[in-house]
Amino acid sequence: MAATRETAAAVRDVEQYKYGFVTDIESDMAPLGLNEGIIRFISAKKGEPEWMLEWRLKAYRYWLTLTDEEPAWAKLKFPKIDFQASHYYAAPKQAPALTSLDEVDPKLLETYKKLGIPLLEQQILAGVAVDAVFDSVSVATTYKKKLQELGVIFAPFSEAVHKHPELVKKYLGSVVPYSDNFYATLNSAVFTDGSFVYIPKGLRCPMELSTYFRINERNTGQFERTLIIADEGSYVSYLEGCTAPQRDENQLHAAVVELVALDNAEIKYSTVQNWYPGDADGKGGIYNFVTKRGACRGKNSKIMWTQVETGSAITWKYPSCILQGDNSVGEFYSVAITNNRQQADTGTKMIHLGRNTRSKIISKGISAGHADNTYRGLVRIGVKADRARNYTQCDSLLIGSTCGAHTVPYIENRNPTALTEHEATTSKISEDQLFYCRQRGMSQEEAVSLIVNGFCRDVLQTLPMEFAVEAQKLVGISLEGSVG
Amino acid sequence: MALLEIKNLHASVAGKAILKGITLALEPGTVHAIMGPNGTGKSTLSNVIAGREGYDVTEGEVLLDGKNVLAMSADERARAGIFLAFQYPVEIPGVTTSAFLKTALNAKRRAEGKTEVDAMEFLKLVKAKTAALGMPYDMIKRALNVGFSGGEKKRAEVLQMTLLEPRLAILDETDSGLDIDALKVVSEGVNSLRAPDRAFLVITHYQRLLDYIVPDHVHVLAHGRIAASGGKELAVELEAEGYAKYLDAAA
Ligand SMILES: Nc1ncnc2c1ncn2[C@@H]1O[C@H](COP(=O)(O)OP(=O)(O)OP(=O)(O)O)[C@@H](O)[C@H]1O
Ligand SMILES: [Mg+2]
Repeated sequence: MAATRETAAAVRDVEQYKYGFVTDIESDMAPLGLNEGIIRFISAKKGEPEWMLEWRLKAYRYWLTLTDEEPAWAKLKFPKIDFQASHYYAAPKQAPALTSLDEVDPKLLETYKKLGIPLLEQQILAGVAVDAVFDSVSVATTYKKKLQELGVIFAPFSEAVHKHPELVKKYLGSVVPYSDNFYATLNSAVFTDGSFVYIPKGLRCPMELSTYFRINERNTGQFERTLIIADEGSYVSYLEGCTAPQRDENQLHAAVVELVALDNAEIKYSTVQNWYPGDADGKGGIYNFVTKRGACRGKNSKIMWTQVETGSAITWKYPSCILQGDNSVGEFYSVAITNNRQQADTGTKMIHLGRNTRSKIISKGISAGHADNTYRGLVRIGVKADRARNYTQCDSLLIGSTCGAHTVPYIENRNPTALTEHEATTSKISEDQLFYCRQRGMSQEEAVSLIVNGFCRDVLQTLPMEFAVEAQKLVGISLEGSVG
Repeated sequence: MALLEIKNLHASVAGKAILKGITLALEPGTVHAIMGPNGTGKSTLSNVIAGREGYDVTEGEVLLDGKNVLAMSADERARAGIFLAFQYPVEIPGVTTSAFLKTALNAKRRAEGKTEVDAMEFLKLVKAKTAALGMPYDMIKRALNVGFSGGEKKRAEVLQMTLLEPRLAILDETDSGLDIDALKVVSEGVNSLRAPDRAFLVITHYQRLLDYIVPDHVHVLAHGRIAASGGKELAVELEAEGYAKYLDAAA
């Protein structure tokens, strides 16, 4: 018995963070630190037009005025970040222009393989187009051709700046302005790459678009910027998956995602976030400070966020919807799992501006070990949002007695015809439930995974099929060792 | 060799001695019934055999096919073929009965070195088993035991048993809460599993169940000991006379 337990523990240590490998390739890196010179360096590396550099500098100068203004309202504890201790640009060294995947460094492709996204195979296997972000530069984009024929633009952000400046200029910062918050401002100044998506009028994008983010270089911040525009009557489902190698230092990740849905358009944005969470004692792990926001700008438009957050030492993230268009709909489905010393403060904001706007929030927080998990959500209903509706459900599940779960809902209703509903529950996995499962032959880990997956079912069901399967496994993996 | 052998088993809960020297041997192919007043330790015995935490075995042995059961974890015991139909089945919100059954079945199959059951095969299997137990198939889409009526919960226990085909099935008051028709259906489910390499330990308060599941042996558990053993006629006698004489004798 004791021996099998030990073996199980050893295997777990090896497997626990199975994405914790480092790809050994030479990097092209900016010097340590942050100043105007670095911003110019990044912009020059990308051969950006003047307007882009100006935008960055504007953000940077504004950021300088925010010294010591990091948001402090979240229920998170971490040492002050030294923003001068990071490299703000790291690109794998290789020939710049790639015409096919054959030219991609085989080591990079190997990395993707370990991540479970064999690009070469994915080109053949229909269904998912992947824009892979390796540190700061998109190295390979698949399915481009087919999408191009349909008029879809799915490109690395830096490419879109060159090829579609009118679209980028029009929408960049239109949902998350450069002055939005400390981290978003920093991102606006130093963002290195990300994805750009434009879905033309009336098109239902026939495949899921997917990006895998991965932080590889030591001491590099990852600052991607994603912008998705769904033109009138279009539909797109976008998948974002993240992993990062295992390191002792903390790494900063401050991304910005902006979504714009015009009349009758729909955007479904799904994230599975599996950044390195740090070790059991809380050493290392990603600091994930992300600003995600979607604007339902047109009437009858819809934005749906689904997130499965299992990684990162710290998660600070509130994917939100601004419901401007009449009858527009915002939905937020979230699973946030914290184990060991992880901390998550996550939720959403639903800002109802238009008439008959509706929003739905389903949040499932799971906490184990010594972790802290906070749902923080705002539902704001403006004076003109006649008959707006919100339904919020926040469920917390505790595993063990040393973790914490907190629910902080804010409701601001300025319209008497609007209705908001809020339900919250907190429960624990009971000894009886565990024994019942184990009496049926399941190991402790299988039992926890089954129970937690059941708890999250409503949310996981909203994920696209292939992602849901991965997410279910991740739920189990991330809670390994959380019970007895 | 006996399939299950319980030798001089003593166990206590929260420092209180409940089982005070139980000796019992279940030969393969037999059905043993245990009857006894409330609070005498019938469920305690089931739980100790199944490996629930919180019980201290202070003396004695439990052997399954000669192997020391007490050294195994609860899930190891289950995979070795011990099945307990709970007196109070546990609700697991969000987990569909179907997902639960599949996970359990696959855990068993893996232990036996078999491949996991594929989705189609599984559905076919469950369809047949639910039909045999007179359960609406749609029930497996509901969260396990959540909102199930008392009788439905008991049927779901038997469904799990027929699916997992254990070597030793312990039925802890599976008949209580069942209506007359359900009692028949459930009994048929049990009888259909009776086999030369399988044994049953049936805990009940009612002789009526034993009209359907005819036991080879009946034992009276009183004050943590087997106070009497006999054939089916013992159950009839108990029904008529109650437990008074065993309680006095054992006290
Ligand atoms: N966790 C516990 N703490 C204290 N006492 C307990 C605990 N579990 C069981 N007991 C006691 O052990 C005794 C035996 O209980 P058990 O459930 O085995 O009885 P039973 O024979 O199954 O009764 P019934 O016919 O009512 O189901 C009871 O007195 C009960 O209160
Ligand atoms: Mg009992």
